[in-house]
Amino acid sequence: MSEQVREPVLVVSDLRAYYRTSSFGVEREVRAVDDVSLSIEANEIYGLAGESSSGKTTLIKTIAAAIQPPLEVLAGSVVFNFSDRRVDIHAVDRRELAAIRWKHLSYIMQGSMNVLNPVRRVRHSFVDFAFRHIGKPMPEFLQVVRNHLQRLHLAPDVLDAYPHQLSGGMRQRVTIALATVCRPEFIIADEPTTALDVVVQKGVLAMIHEIQRELGSSLIFVTHDMSVHANLADRLGIMYAGRLVEEGRTADVFRSPRHPYTAHLIASLPRLGDTSPKKGLDGAPPNLANPPPGCRFHPRCPRASDICRRETPPMTWLAAGHRAACFHPEPEQAA
Amino acid sequence: MSAALLEVEGVVRTYASGGLFSRHRITAVDGVSLRLDAGRPEIFTIVGESGSGKTTLARMILNMLAPSGGTIRFNGADLSTIRGGRARLAFMKQVQPIFQNPFEAFNPMKRVDRYLFVTARRMAGLSNETEIVEATDQALLSVGLSLAEVRGRFPHELSGGQLQRVAIARALISKPALLVADEPVSMIDASLRASIVNLLRDLRDRLGVSIIYITHDLATAYYISDRILIMRHGSAVESGDARTVLDNPQHSYSQLLKQSVLSPDPPSRPGASLNA
Repeated sequence: MSEQVREPVLVVSDLRAYYRTSSFGVEREVRAVDDVSLSIEANEIYGLAGESSSGKTTLIKTIAAAIQPPLEVLAGSVVFNFSDRRVDIHAVDRRELAAIRWKHLSYIMQGSMNVLNPVRRVRHSFVDFAFRHIGKPMPEFLQVVRNHLQRLHLAPDVLDAYPHQLSGGMRQRVTIALATVCRPEFIIADEPTTALDVVVQKGVLAMIHEIQRELGSSLIFVTHDMSVHANLADRLGIMYAGRLVEEGRTADVFRSPRHPYTAHLIASLPRLGDTSPKKGLDGAPPNLANPPPGCRFHPRCPRASDICRRETPPMTWLAAGHRAACFHPEPEQAA
Repeated sequence: MSAALLEVEGVVRTYASGGLFSRHRITAVDGVSLRLDAGRPEIFTIVGESGSGKTTLARMILNMLAPSGGTIRFNGADLSTIRGGRARLAFMKQVQPIFQNPFEAFNPMKRVDRYLFVTARRMAGLSNETEIVEATDQALLSVGLSLAEVRGRFPHELSGGQLQRVAIARALISKPALLVADEPVSMIDASLRASIVNLLRDLRDRLGVSIIYITHDLATAYYISDRILIMRHGSAVESGDARTVLDNPQHSYSQLLKQSVLSPDPPSRPGASLNA
């Protein structure tokens, strides 16, 4: 890895992606991602947190250019700076996208049960996904795959197994191996450990961390589980109702959350050894087909005032590397 | 010794699996015992990973599944002796389930208040319209909702947290003595989870309902439980006072489970805590 300052690997600017449907003359618009800007550096794990229907999966889909109607990108851009090229992911044609995918940009999916073809041996999944990107004859390709599995402490025998012969944790490890075998520069991980038991989860997270540090790739890690973010992410972005509401280094966000939503989220986390009362948040996340005006959090926010009901708070830098979208941010907590 | 509300004694449940020639048995629950006292409401937590048999145990306590061995007694009566519709109904009035995913527990095509009214009619045996509305409203108020809020609504119009509250209210209509809650918060969003967990604690204190809380999440278990039972491969590996067990687990599996829980406090260096 070079020491010089590199451009961010991913720059998302003012991205707006809505689901638009029109049936029998009824127009419906779900504002799943609204004005999101973020950048991700090389060799960094960026944690993306948010509850269900906060737009985090839509954001990931637009970043991966997996855009299917009714999802539409209305504004903004997603630009990758890979080592050999610069790609505006929404401007390239299908063929170039196919060349980038898996080689430069890969994806660790949530349902590891469904990713691997159940009627074919694991080896075939590796061939289907990675063979053409590695560009070596079959025996050498399989040797590359075996070496890669060994590096991830997996027995090369798994190549001859069918997915149902592997346990859930093992299958998730195989999907991680599959996503990293081409040494991609950017990896998207969408809730990869949500379905796993705690004991297995910790091992899988350790593996993701290890392989990311070894490859020096950038990783965007999506989960609603704040404890996972606390232990894995270098930086953390919090989404609420389709907007990015806070972003900062993980330690800073946990020590001193500035957006009231984040503050609540962190304060309500149950901990072993702690029985102090935790408060739930009143109300419910808004319907994104008809979000409240102004700040989308204001109906539930204890700090809301008039301006919050009228205007949308912009993302503002509140400290070095720490920004939040709030008119009345929580005071900074000292280290 | 005070009277027992629920006595589970050495229950075993096996499932047969495989075809005609390669038949083998899987023991999902293997000799588990537990006891809840009457008149002393508590939250009894059963913790385990997937495949540990915790849901099978819950289904047996709910009398939805017959044990292959051992006995379960509720208020002194063996569940296997419950015969006939009336006896079953009397049991179901006393022991009510709360399921994991509220979106699956409700029929998406039916309005949620219908479930409440039907439950009031069948379980609580009410026939008068005003009594039914009254009982429903009472149950909804005890979970922090009101009938006015949910009347005429379909499941998709409510959030996961609200819907889970409705599910809990439904369980409360017949004024049960025991609730069996199987992973009631694992499908609920983080900002709403704390309020559901608090609600369970509140029900214990205010209504005197005992709750069997089934979860894989040690942190919420620590937060609300009075007693805990840790299961692995169908057997109980450790049980006792929740705080004592979780503060200082004795069995090697309980220790492993505790070590694997990720702390919500970031370590000094990202990832440093994972390789321990």
